[in-house]
Amino acid sequence: MSNVTYISGKEPHSREHRLIFRNIDRKGYDPGLKCYLKDGGYEQLKKAVTMEPKAITDEVKAAGLRGRGGAGFPTGLKWTFIPPTNTKPVYLICNADESEPGTFKDRYIMHQDPHQLLEGMAIACYAVGAKLAYIYVREEFPHAARILEEAIAEATKAGFLGKGICGSTFDLELYVHRGAGAYICGEETGLIESLEGKRPYPRIKPPFFPAVLGLYMSPTIVNNVESLCHVKHILAMGGAEYAKLGTPNNTGTRILCVSGDVQKPGYFEVQVGKVTLGEVIQDLCGGLKPGRKLQAVIPGGSSAKVLRADERFKLKRGDEMVEIGLEDIPMDFDSLAACGSMAGSGGVIIIDDSRKISWVLNNINSFYAHESCGQCTPCREGSLWMKKISDRIVAGKASPDDVATLESVANNIEGKTICAFGEACSWPTQSFIRKFREELVADTREELAGVPVNHETTLAAANLKN
Amino acid sequence: MADDLVNVQIDGTWHQFPKGTRMIEACRQAGVEVPHYCYHPKLSSPGNCRMCLVEMGMPPRPKPGEELTRDEDGRLPIQWMPRPVIACANTVSENLGIRTESALTKSCREGVMELLLINHPLDCPICDQAGECRLQEFSVEHGTGGSRFREDKVKKPKNVDIGPRVRLDDERCIMCSRCIRFTAEVADDPVLGFTERGSHTTLAVHPGRRLENNYSLNTVDICPVGALTSTDFRFQMRVWFLKEIESICTGCGRGCNTEVSSREGSILRQTPRENNEVNSTWMCDRGRLDFHYVNSEARLTQPLLKGSEGHRAVSWKIAVKTLADNLAGFESSKIAIIASARLTNEDLYLVRRLAQQLGVKELDVIARLGEDDGYLVAADRNPNSRGAALVLGLDSEPGSRVCGIRRDIESGKIAALLAIGEDLTSPEAGFSPALLSQLEFLGQIHHTANSTADAAAVVLPGATSFEKSGSMVNVTGRLQRLAPVVPLPGEAREDWVILRDLLQALDGGNGAGSSDEVFSLLAQEVSAFEGRTLAGISPLGEVLLETGETVPLLEREKERIAKGEIVG
Ligand SMILES: Cc1cc2nc3c(=O)[nH]c(=O)nc-3n(C[C@H](O)[C@H](O)[C@H](O)COP(=O)(O)O)c2cc1C
Ligand code: SF4
Ligand code: SF4
Ligand code: SF4
Ligand code: FES
Repeated sequence: MSNVTYISGKEPHSREHRLIFRNIDRKGYDPGLKCYLKDGGYEQLKKAVTMEPKAITDEVKAAGLRGRGGAGFPTGLKWTFIPPTNTKPVYLICNADESEPGTFKDRYIMHQDPHQLLEGMAIACYAVGAKLAYIYVREEFPHAARILEEAIAEATKAGFLGKGICGSTFDLELYVHRGAGAYICGEETGLIESLEGKRPYPRIKPPFFPAVLGLYMSPTIVNNVESLCHVKHILAMGGAEYAKLGTPNNTGTRILCVSGDVQKPGYFEVQVGKVTLGEVIQDLCGGLKPGRKLQAVIPGGSSAKVLRADERFKLKRGDEMVEIGLEDIPMDFDSLAACGSMAGSGGVIIIDDSRKISWVLNNINSFYAHESCGQCTPCREGSLWMKKISDRIVAGKASPDDVATLESVANNIEGKTICAFGEACSWPTQSFIRKFREELVADTREELAGVPVNHETTLAAANLKN
Repeated sequence: MADDLVNVQIDGTWHQFPKGTRMIEACRQAGVEVPHYCYHPKLSSPGNCRMCLVEMGMPPRPKPGEELTRDEDGRLPIQWMPRPVIACANTVSENLGIRTESALTKSCREGVMELLLINHPLDCPICDQAGECRLQEFSVEHGTGGSRFREDKVKKPKNVDIGPRVRLDDERCIMCSRCIRFTAEVADDPVLGFTERGSHTTLAVHPGRRLENNYSLNTVDICPVGALTSTDFRFQMRVWFLKEIESICTGCGRGCNTEVSSREGSILRQTPRENNEVNSTWMCDRGRLDFHYVNSEARLTQPLLKGSEGHRAVSWKIAVKTLADNLAGFESSKIAIIASARLTNEDLYLVRRLAQQLGVKELDVIARLGEDDGYLVAADRNPNSRGAALVLGLDSEPGSRVCGIRRDIESGKIAALLAIGEDLTSPEAGFSPALLSQLEFLGQIHHTANSTADAAAVVLPGATSFEKSGSMVNVTGRLQRLAPVVPLPGEAREDWVILRDLLQALDGGNGAGSSDEVFSLLAQEVSAFEGRTLAGISPLGEVLLETGETVPLLEREKERIAKGEIVG
């Protein structure tokens, strides 16, 4: 292990703990099977196929693994939702749609260490009883799709996929499926519809919980790329040992993708909860840009609620409540939730005082207005309305009333939609207005209240400013 | 309490429903309407409009060791959830609570209404749907008065030609997907779909395809707004001026239940009426649009006698007497009567009496056969073949004697012919004008001018099925009622009235004063009708014959209900 060396300039930070990203930017490492095998590859799969499937699920449960796709749902528990009386085929889908703005981790795994993902998937398939699995790769990752195809061919030839895997009776077919360029294909039921060849309209839950009525109305497990890779390491370390990484209920490692106004943005694999947000900025990313002050942080992908730099948060430490500042928030699921945001997809977006808040919000609103699938009324109509209002705020063509309208539009979306995109698109607006109302109102003009809007000039102005 | 019943509290009152009942249906049964757009009991539930959001509660999860206390009626407390749920797709369970009037439910409805309206055009003054538009109705009931929307609305295609009978206005579409689901799930012709995404989502017909199946107009009925309109009905009439009457379609042996809308004596549209034993909530386009002949210029409006100068109008009295005298002047064996399986049982009963009175043996109707389309259209394109067989006492297949009658005319065995409700020169009947000219006497009762009438010595103007009361028996053996929708043109009369008067002129009169009375006489004479009355036939009809015949479309619907895909 110690002989692992990295490409110069891309060495992991000393505070990192590399499990999943061990081979990312590693000197002399290539995505081929030979390289993977030289490094102990597929040993965990060999072990897995000699185990009881349930024993693997138990290890994953003991490890306390929580999904890295966004919701942080316990992976082992999800696997047990397949009805015990099920007689239909079970499918496993790897969610490689990685589209949440600010998130860029899964792509490196697929580009540089594809067999790690295949091994994790094969173990997971064995555990849940899936004989057919798909990797749903977003359209914008053509290289990843090609590399995965090659890796699947190699692994199949070597007997790690296909019939009678590693001399056992376990068969698994694995396919890469490419999306067509829509963020909503990352939502698991939208993804399933897309995989079935339809528009990716998310399904209503109930009744369409994937583990019960998923792909082709059969039980289907959907997990993120990173989550599935962890499965391999859990098997290697044992669940209990893995659970010692990170903090209780927030175990293991996870990859943080830091972007925005820091000296050295990038990806960092850390033990969950063992670094604070302040350490992420100061240590991992080398601090803010010269002369700049921190204004805000979006800690878990663009849909996570924004945190204001001078905000105070109440957190439970042991039995007592403590008040902390933003820089002291531990980067884990529970702490970020307790601070009113979420760990989400691991995308940490740093915003310094050079950014106009209205511009940041408008940027996010534009994304969600463009990506709403348009199936359900509140999100379809509300996401574009929010964008149009924030267009005007950026352009200085809004009145203070518009800020209030914007907030209530977001309130009319949240909790009322088919899928969690409703929250994803309304949380930014809700949190930005709650925390930066003055900044937003400062960009509006009182005298414009009730004045009819001429959108063409507004847009022209907005484009100029962006 | 039966095992499968659960107790549900709706707006404070407890009710019982079978487990698994959709919340929206439970509310409806309790007399509470939950506003909705996308939900349709005959289609799958995508839950996309979000109009039916309601506040829901369930008993709280007891803490370990804790016992929840029940009230004196044995009900557990309800913990109301902060997140609303859709009533259309969620089902009731024991001790569930639903609030349709709470602040949360109201704010959801207001929010959804506002969002549905922001990009909706202000087309109401020129929109056919106005007056029966769910968007109008619910915005009055659940919306707020003003608009906060200051942006430009999204522009989309208007007046889109998607098929021969249906027009699309994309700006009015609220993207409920009902039309898409209908074409995919019921009509098996999935030509509609959405393109683009988000607010720009646009309903479209698949490139290179058209919405032209024989069920396309059902999409217009189920479209909750004016996005899909009928090419035929477009801009004809504001719907609040329409007079609606329940009847049945006579386009084929299915007898789809209908509502016929008219204004000042003109029929303007026909729409299906739900009957789960006949047509579900659908009907075919051909049957639906087959009413324009009622207003045709070619309608017969006066009794006519043929003289050397052609036909001239005469009084009813003279015309009926002339017909009676002529028929009476022939030997029974020289007369044939060809009636129609498009006539009502009451008309046909009097035809039966007429044949008895004249001693006529050569009696039949014209068969009209096509192909069963696997949905609603029956192979039998006559609406009342079963009734004709029963009432006329035909001992062979209806229509099977017609060929013989043609031969007998040729050979001169038959010299006098009365055609009732049929143009004998039609392809189905197969009489040539030359053949008709061999007859010594030809009489006709019909609603519209035709070649048989041209050749007939006496022509009596009858009624279309939109102008008469009476009953028919459909292909599955169901007895259904027809209602007069519009008044008769000119001096035309209902066929049973004409036949009664003819019988009286022949001295076989019974003086029946109404079709109800004719039905009573029929019920005394024909055993299948025994004990029934015309007025007693329910608006949904009743089983007259156990034929064992099923309706393909209804069978598929039952399968989907059993699978829980649709409510039904
Ligand atoms: C709008 C939306 C977009 C999403 N996009 C992604 C995505 O790109 N990748 C991903 O892994 N999960 C995404 N998710 C989460 C998935 O629905 C699903 O929860 C996840 O793939 C489960 O994997 P995990 O349990 O391993 O986290 C998205 C969810 C929503 C609501
Ligand atoms: S919430 Fe948005 S993305 Fe999700 S189903 Fe509704 S319209 Fe589509
Ligand atoms: S056209 Fe009508 S039925 Fe079809 S989706 Fe639009 S609103 Fe719904
Ligand atoms: S199926 Fe037959 S009865 Fe029904 S509408 Fe069509 S023609 Fe009329
Ligand atoms: S009726 Fe449309 S969501 Fe329920």
